[in-house]
Amino acid sequence: MPPRPASKPSRKRSNPDSVTSSATGPVPSASSKKKSSKEVDETDKLFDKYANASSGVIDPEGIEKLCSSLEVPHTDIRILMLAWRMKAERQGYFTKAEWRIGLKALKVDTIGKLKKALPELEKEVREPLNFRDFYAYAFQYCLTEDKQKFLDIETICQLLDMVLGSTFRAQVDYLIDYLKIQKDYKVINMDQWRGFYRFCNEISFPDMTNYNLELAWPSIHDDFFEWLREKQA
Amino acid sequence: MSSSQSREPITIEDGIKLIDAAVTKLTRIIEGKPEPPFLPEEYIGNYTIVYNMCIQKPPHDSSGPLYEKYGAILQAYDKLTILPSIMEKHDEYMLRELSRWWEINKIMVRWLSHFFYYLDRYYIARNGIPSLTVVGMTCFRDHVYEKVHFNVKQVVIALIHKEREGQQIDRALLKNVLDLFVQNGMGNMERYEKDFEDFFLTETNSYYSRKASRWIQEDSCPEYMIKAEESLKKEKERVSHYLHSDTEPKLVANVQTNLLVSVAKQLLEKENSGCSALLRDDKTDDLSRMYRLYHAIPEGLEPVAVAFRLHVTAEGNSLIKQAEDAATSGIVEEQVLVRKIIDLHDKYMAYVTDCFQNHTLFHKSLKEAFEIFCNKKVAGSSSAEMLATFCDNLFKKAANDKSNDDSTIESTIDNVVKLLDYISDKDLFAEFYRKKLARRLLFGKFSDDHERSILTKLKGQFGGQFTSKMEGMVTDMQLGKDQQTGFEEYLKNANTGKPKGIDFTVTVLTTGFWPSYKTSDLNLPLEMVNCIESFKAHYEIKTNHRRLMWIYSLGNCNLTARFDAKPIELIVSTYQAAVLCAFNHTERLTYQELIDQLNLSHEDLVRVLHSLSCAKYKFLKKEPASKTISKTDSFEFNSKFTDKMRRIKVPLPPVDDRKKVVEDVDKDRRYAIDASLVRIMKSRKVLPHQQLVSECVEQLSRMFKPDIKMIKKRIEDLISRDYLERDTENPNTFKYVA
Repeated sequence: MPPRPASKPSRKRSNPDSVTSSATGPVPSASSKKKSSKEVDETDKLFDKYANASSGVIDPEGIEKLCSSLEVPHTDIRILMLAWRMKAERQGYFTKAEWRIGLKALKVDTIGKLKKALPELEKEVREPLNFRDFYAYAFQYCLTEDKQKFLDIETICQLLDMVLGSTFRAQVDYLIDYLKIQKDYKVINMDQWRGFYRFCNEISFPDMTNYNLELAWPSIHDDFFEWLREKQA
Repeated sequence: MSSSQSREPITIEDGIKLIDAAVTKLTRIIEGKPEPPFLPEEYIGNYTIVYNMCIQKPPHDSSGPLYEKYGAILQAYDKLTILPSIMEKHDEYMLRELSRWWEINKIMVRWLSHFFYYLDRYYIARNGIPSLTVVGMTCFRDHVYEKVHFNVKQVVIALIHKEREGQQIDRALLKNVLDLFVQNGMGNMERYEKDFEDFFLTETNSYYSRKASRWIQEDSCPEYMIKAEESLKKEKERVSHYLHSDTEPKLVANVQTNLLVSVAKQLLEKENSGCSALLRDDKTDDLSRMYRLYHAIPEGLEPVAVAFRLHVTAEGNSLIKQAEDAATSGIVEEQVLVRKIIDLHDKYMAYVTDCFQNHTLFHKSLKEAFEIFCNKKVAGSSSAEMLATFCDNLFKKAANDKSNDDSTIESTIDNVVKLLDYISDKDLFAEFYRKKLARRLLFGKFSDDHERSILTKLKGQFGGQFTSKMEGMVTDMQLGKDQQTGFEEYLKNANTGKPKGIDFTVTVLTTGFWPSYKTSDLNLPLEMVNCIESFKAHYEIKTNHRRLMWIYSLGNCNLTARFDAKPIELIVSTYQAAVLCAFNHTERLTYQELIDQLNLSHEDLVRVLHSLSCAKYKFLKKEPASKTISKTDSFEFNSKFTDKMRRIKVPLPPVDDRKKVVEDVDKDRRYAIDASLVRIMKSRKVLPHQQLVSECVEQLSRMFKPDIKMIKKRIEDLISRDYLERDTENPNTFKYVA
């Protein structure tokens, strides 16, 4: 069967689930108009500090600079969370519009404030409803090519570690072990990716007594389950 | 009859005197004592007395008293005459007495009723009271039957027991007596049932229960069954001889319960004589008996069917094992094995139709048994492949040896179709069959009739889709003949393009029907190229928009090789011919030169060169003269070759394509699963995982048994291709993406 022609207009990098963006309304203020325009100016100025002059966007170099300003490692999850907040479409780049959205949502306009806002951001993202969305976003964000649907195993392992490592250390370690050893799967798609989170959330570990092979878990989880069972025997 | 009302009315007392006299006379007659019979006048006179007394004007209208008198007469008779006589006697004698007096009583009642008939007409009718006959019967019942029936019943049952133990008894007597019980029910069977039947059944119950316990210990299963069958037969006869027909079902159930149901397990599982042993020793009579006996019992046949299935499965498994053991160097004697399986099937199908009366339970057992061992692999060959090879050999032999009569071929074909039904990988069979069919059609003789016959039968059983490609192939061969005639016409008429004295036959195959073949860019010798070109020209005139793809690997060629001693005709494949023709222009060629010149793949060239220089006939000399071909070898035409034959056929060993067939079928299965899943989801829109899987399996079961894991993988693939999606609320349910 040939791959299905995209009948919908190509949904590029929009989030698959309905995005539950935490709608923090802007703080009403008397001189809001004037102040917001002032904010915008500040935000824009900050943007320009990191943006590439010729392309007009913050590119990977700029992001690295941003990270050191924020004193956050380049591969830290909080940068990814920031990208999510901004609804950034392209990995490694922030556009001016995205920058504005993100900083406005966080109600910051300086580097110092941004840095202080990071813990708050993390807390917000980790709320269950948001996290689901964020989790899916993380996968989407890594897709670099147009129409790309898979990520390679290496990337997935890194992503798992980054996104789920702090909450589900044991599961993530075993998953990564398995992914590196197995030979059946060379790439992972969104459905399987989502499955990892579901697995960590729903299945008791390490006994996995509530896992049911007859349900609709993607095959990779069945294989992981059997591999782990064998190891435990 | 004239009666004068002016006569003196008859008083009750007088009337009664007259009646008593008549009664006395009557009783003497019916008891057989010497007494002259009633004269007609006397008869009429008696009637008239009653009549007159009834129509008399009050106070002499005596209907009431007469009615009473009637009852009193009978009562007295019953109590004083009949009952004592019966009670005097015992055992059989008592029964006889009872029987005798019962008949007498009936006559008595009848005669008296005639005398008192006028009462019936008016008095009784007007007052709604029991008729004379009813009064008579009631009287007997109350004053005789009620008093004796218990003892009578005891005697009857004792006699029945005697008969069961083999002694003769007076059946007619029993029939009369039991009839009496029925009639004393006066319209319903209650008396018969309560006063006799219940006791009888209880007695029967303990009788057969005792027998069963003894027999089951002492007798073998067949012996026991014979006794059981005999007992049932005797009891049924008993009913027809003297029991009421209502008793039959209860009696039969009783006997069956005791003799068959309660001991079923022990009986059927008896070592050395039970069900499995009977099957093992082919005791068809005993098995038929077993069926007959257990057929009438609800769920009685189940254990027998199970034993049957296990036995057939064991037989089948041992055939498989035999074949496995006998397979030397991985080659199975599938001719032998398939024949044996066919014979096994015939044998046990006969059991099903004969011993087991075509009962569905046994058809099912047979099917289940065959499905188990028919799907086992033997030395790496699947049953699908073996069956296809079997057919191949069958048809090849039949085409070459016309002496085989058609009816055996036809019945073998029927058997093959039956066996195929048990094989779950039917699509695998189809694929192997197609490959072999292609070889038969292209490389040998084949019988159009036989080929069509099996295809028709397969179509009938498994549907048109199963056979459409194969039918297409056979039709292609048919059309091919006509096409060839057309081509030869063309060559005759068109002067250009006549391929230089080479006879050239082309078979055009429709791509979709035939197995896929690799094409190769073989560089043909010039003479052959001309042939190709001329056919191409002809074909392009005949048809539009059709592309010809030449499969040289399927062709063959007759060459004349001019050896020093004598020329010999060689029948070789096109590849081999191309290699040999290369030596027309040079004496010596290296492997590399041959590769360059001919543009064959290494694999193909090695095979060809091996068959021409290292096999039985060495048409080419190889340097070095080792047993295998290497890329540094060089070859020379072996002019010194000779053989006593003038014609030599050099077969090119076929490539083993079992792996490829299995791969192709797997690929087709993936498409089939995809199509099925999409079809199901399109119509259901939303469906939980389990149901989707089971419906998919159901849909595809006609052709193969899909692997659950494969289905799961296909579902995931369809998700990633946006045909399906998981429900956001419930990840175990899928939704169709329109």
